[in-house]
Amino acid sequence: MTASRRLARVLPASVLILALGLSGCGAKAESGSTTTSAAASCVKTDGDAVKIGFLNSLSGTMAISEQTVRDSLDLAAKEINAAGGVLGKQLEIVAEDGASEPTVFAEKAEKLITSDCVAAVFGGWTSSSRKAMLPVFESKNSLLFYPVQYEGLESSKNIFYTGATTNQQIVPGMDYLKEQGKTKVFLVGSDYVFPQTANKIINAYAEANGIEIVGEEYAPMGHTDFSTIVNKLKASGADAVFNTLNGDSNVAFFKEYKNVGLAPDTLPVVSVSIAEEEVGGIGVDNVEGQLTAWNYYQTIDTPVNATFVEAFKAEYGADRVTSDPMEAAYASLYLWKNMVEKAESFDVADIQGAADGVSFDAPEGTVTINGDNHHIAKTALIGEIGPDGLIHTVWSSGEPIEPDPFLTGYEWAAGLS
Amino acid sequence: MEVIMSQLFAGLSLGSVLLLAALGLALTFGQMGVINMAHGEFMLAGAYTAYVMQGIFADAGVSLMLSLVVGFLVGGTLGLLLEMTLIHRMYDRPLDTLLVTWGVALVLQQAARNIFGAPNVDVRAPEWLKGAVDILGLAVPRTRLFIIALAIACVVVLALVLKLTPLGRRIRAVVQNRSLAEASGISTKATDRLTFFIGSGLASIAGVALTLLGSIGPTLGTNYIVDAFLVVVVGGIGQIKGAVIAAFALGILQATIEYSTTASIAKVLVFVAIVAFLQARPQGLVSVRQRGIA
Repeated sequence: MTASRRLARVLPASVLILALGLSGCGAKAESGSTTTSAAASCVKTDGDAVKIGFLNSLSGTMAISEQTVRDSLDLAAKEINAAGGVLGKQLEIVAEDGASEPTVFAEKAEKLITSDCVAAVFGGWTSSSRKAMLPVFESKNSLLFYPVQYEGLESSKNIFYTGATTNQQIVPGMDYLKEQGKTKVFLVGSDYVFPQTANKIINAYAEANGIEIVGEEYAPMGHTDFSTIVNKLKASGADAVFNTLNGDSNVAFFKEYKNVGLAPDTLPVVSVSIAEEEVGGIGVDNVEGQLTAWNYYQTIDTPVNATFVEAFKAEYGADRVTSDPMEAAYASLYLWKNMVEKAESFDVADIQGAADGVSFDAPEGTVTINGDNHHIAKTALIGEIGPDGLIHTVWSSGEPIEPDPFLTGYEWAAGLS
Repeated sequence: MEVIMSQLFAGLSLGSVLLLAALGLALTFGQMGVINMAHGEFMLAGAYTAYVMQGIFADAGVSLMLSLVVGFLVGGTLGLLLEMTLIHRMYDRPLDTLLVTWGVALVLQQAARNIFGAPNVDVRAPEWLKGAVDILGLAVPRTRLFIIALAIACVVVLALVLKLTPLGRRIRAVVQNRSLAEASGISTKATDRLTFFIGSGLASIAGVALTLLGSIGPTLGTNYIVDAFLVVVVGGIGQIKGAVIAAFALGILQATIEYSTTASIAKVLVFVAIVAFLQARPQGLVSVRQRGIA
């Protein structure tokens, strides 16, 4: 057998194995300790400092996004320490890298709680990282502050969710389209838990509100060719698109959308994963005039936000932008501080007891914790991407929307959970 | 009818992207037997070259055309360096090469992250590539036409080089029988280096072209490397012709299945089809006849 014939045998096999390995990344089984014995807390509160943990991915595919969250957490900690700390104690940060792997998140969370003895942990981004950490925080009875909008249908007494749940982002997004008289909506998303769940909710909403869903397409993560999906979109007769694509796929989708001659004034796309941070990478040209649904934009015109943006730029450079998850992370540290000060204790049970009604004048406006489901009341904002790459509010819910992660207050959602 | 036409075009267009990504690989992997996992990162180098060029030349059209040339040189040089430092030590050790180049790929990705930052960057398309043209009632994006034309041009030039030039003759001689070529006085070392230079340069040209379609970030290469290998494996090791047929066949297959099902299912079915095909024909579509004693 010649070398190259041997090659011909070995190579197809190794390439296929590699292909499967690559596409399987991120699909690892969730793990976490399932023991239920809550160990006595080892948090030290007698000194003049208290430890807290920051757990974000600083390596791997999620590092792009999570680094920005870490930056704003660091900023908040620095501000709080400069202003005298929490209950007179300086914050001592124990920083860990979640490495974009749910299993690593679970391991590091356990390490932060049991060997570093932190009073609370701030971080996580993907739903799979949160789901992997949840059993750890419940079994060790500690606290996690999770700063990203997510698919809802979850509520743990050991997690505070400071990003939007579905009724504060997706439902208002659909409300807006309905208000604009759109009747035929096309759904496009990445093929994983958040878009699938979000689209289930949108389908239920559409059915109850006389909107027709004319197409529902999912692209595998890292999908790079959207010609077929955009062809389907064009053929569907849709008058609006609801986009739950994640990461790089957005770039390929919007370039294709633009190249075939579609435009936001006739066929607007509402996106829930594109914030200020992502606009530059997609190219302002390609998304100008498109819509987003969030609870915070850098352009919010309030003194609190002006101070936040200014402080952030002073710390990290004038070319940096602030986005919704960054703001939610920033607010999460202050919310924890306010809860601790209300409870006058760092103890988990005391904080849980004091949580209800604790509020913070965040850059997005005043946010208030709901003690029952541990989410926070937030104002929903629909924004339009401007030629400057920033997002400008075009519609607001006017007042904070009470969080409703299980959508119990919506009749049309009865069949969902 | 319109659906068939538009999907046929989508398939051709996808095929041309695959072909561009795979062409350089067909040369290095197909002709030299080097499993170069860093091939995707040479595409990355091309994409970032386009980004840098755009910072230098204000006119997007000028910078795009220059990027194709400069990108070829940048990618080729990177490839040459890789060949001279690492790969030439490991001919006939395909699995070791796979590991080494995989490591190089990770290093290059991180280098891109350190130099250009982790977030994606944007390369503006020139005005004359924006929008769509009407062909037989079909709105065809200009960027896609450009990429099809570029893919055809690359194939034609490469085929001519292989067929008509002394270098091409040497490359073909080395592919057919390395020892005999060496015995006939061909410097296989120099030939290998040049082949690798051209192959890596072609990857960078693909990278420049892809800035018109997709995202430009440190992970760009990993998005295409698997597809590129599939094209070469299906096409058959050692022949450019095979890669061309395979790229368009896979493109059209993917587009057709995707239209009637979903993108995920289409990907799975294409994989299944490839596995089945390789069971029946492990040597790929077109195989080169070896003249060896073994």
